[in-house]
Amino acid sequence: MTVLGFCDLRVTYGKHVAVESYNDILYSGEWVCVIGPNGAGKSSVLRAAAGLLDYSGSVAVDQKEVPATSARWRAQHIAFVPQSPLIPLDMTVQEYVLLGRNPYIPYFGVETAGDRGIVVDVLQSLDLAGFERRYLATLSGGEIQRLVIARALAQQAPVLLLDEPTSALDIGHQQHALELVDRLRRERGLTVVSAMHDLTLAGMYADRLVLMHEGRSVAQGSAAEVLRPENLAKYYGVSARVHREPDGTIVVIPNRGERN
Amino acid sequence: MASARGTSRLTLWVVSSAVVLLVSCVLGLMIGPAGPQWWRIPLELLDRIPFVNVDSGIADRDWTIVWQIRAPRVVLAAIVGATLSLSGASFQGVFRNPLVDPYLLGVAAGAGLGATLVFALGGSRPTNWLIDPLPLVAFGGGMSAVFFTYMVGTSFGRTRSNISLVLAGVAVTSLATAVQTFVLQRNNDVVRQVYAWILGRLSSATWGDVRLVIPYVLVSTVVLLMHRRLLDVLRVGDDEATALGTNIRRVRLIVVSAATLGTAAVVAVSGLIGFVGIIVPHAVRLVVGASYRKVLPLSVLLGGAFLVLVDIPSRVMSDPAEIPIGVVTAFFGAPFFLLLLRTRETTQ
Repeated sequence: MTVLGFCDLRVTYGKHVAVESYNDILYSGEWVCVIGPNGAGKSSVLRAAAGLLDYSGSVAVDQKEVPATSARWRAQHIAFVPQSPLIPLDMTVQEYVLLGRNPYIPYFGVETAGDRGIVVDVLQSLDLAGFERRYLATLSGGEIQRLVIARALAQQAPVLLLDEPTSALDIGHQQHALELVDRLRRERGLTVVSAMHDLTLAGMYADRLVLMHEGRSVAQGSAAEVLRPENLAKYYGVSARVHREPDGTIVVIPNRGERN
Repeated sequence: MASARGTSRLTLWVVSSAVVLLVSCVLGLMIGPAGPQWWRIPLELLDRIPFVNVDSGIADRDWTIVWQIRAPRVVLAAIVGATLSLSGASFQGVFRNPLVDPYLLGVAAGAGLGATLVFALGGSRPTNWLIDPLPLVAFGGGMSAVFFTYMVGTSFGRTRSNISLVLAGVAVTSLATAVQTFVLQRNNDVVRQVYAWILGRLSSATWGDVRLVIPYVLVSTVVLLMHRRLLDVLRVGDDEATALGTNIRRVRLIVVSAATLGTAAVVAVSGLIGFVGIIVPHAVRLVVGASYRKVLPLSVLLGGAFLVLVDIPSRVMSDPAEIPIGVVTAFFGAPFFLLLLRTRETTQ
């Protein structure tokens, strides 16, 4: 079933066009990685879908167009994990994850027992049970990353957007975070769109890669189809070798400049 | 279970702060020049409670001093302190800036300009008017300045950033202050009156002042307190709060309007009392943490108590002239705040 659709998405900053006629259709449980050089428009696609940028064209969830004016409806259907979330250090883990229930709470309302129950479940499934009363200041980088994902899960939205989810993590925590997202989309049927810089990791985890260049989608398909030396040279301006592991994993290795 | 503990702790804080406020008010009634002996006053207060009979031995004439002179002043101090603290805390929340006070968007400069115009144009006899125009014009000046700031600040670009709003506030404040200075220079005779007004005062408080501000202050307080959860959502920043389904612009518009309404009302009757709107919310944060669910209600209660207490020395030391309350708040508030900051730093 179609869960997330982009139709003729266009994002501009003044005269600069950041995203031009972006179209895509994602199915339930599908993971798409948007890749491309800096400034290609990856983040703009995600931020537009999250309602943080004005755009023309449409974004649809469950075949219903996301209304431009209702932040609440959008947050019930699309959860967004920003690249560098703002962490209020003296907030507790429970308070932080409860923020994910915001789209369901009336303007002047307060959280119900049901909301608190959902938070308990989410914390349990992310191995954060028992952290409820801890202050965010006492958590490690990896725990914070899981916590931000926990807040997104508390939104109970069918779509999860991840903007550079691993850029601030070491290799071990990168693996943990991506494995976690992979598990969640399998267990809960979440549709995931992530912008990523690490091409090898993107190819390993995504069902499909979308390569963007100057605001347009220029190539898409499996890792083997998209991560080709000629694509990397043309769009990243980089000379790189592409190596295929016995298990099919595509590894991108940049060449040193002098040896071209 | 964890949340139940949090709620009961909040209740405990609210109840003890309410007791502090009550005790401050009784102290405020007891201390002052003239009037009956201080220890008789709590007895008389008890006597006024229905079905309680205590003979305080206070003559009616003495009780008039307490009830018509001290009581409105105490009540007004509590209202002004509570409103400035609550508005300050709300502004800090909605702009996510701890250094912001309720005067940020120009309410003080606008009210000051209004008051200056009344003094300058009305000469030295505004009492000849049917109603005193001073609070009304000051209130109108404060509200229009912020309205102007908001119109200008939100018309630039369509970004959700609040920087343009803050900058517009700076510009409007400078503009109003410039006009005020110009008017003052042309009317040297009222400089002293205007200066006294700017420093703030509670000395001339009457029940009429209390009745004048109560409706605005009540609306402002209720609306702001109902935003305590949303101000917590804003703590993760505008972008994330938006992605979490909050209409940032609406929250900001309503909070700014409500805080301005309350601030303009109390400024109109008491002048500019600085410092309370920053120091009380911060003191509360240092003690109970930064969640607005605690900061907002406790700022109301402790802000009221703070101004009532600080007003006592300014009344007692009224020779040769009463010290402006704004001076006293800073004089006692600043060292207390530094002490709190220091203990907090060392315990962490």
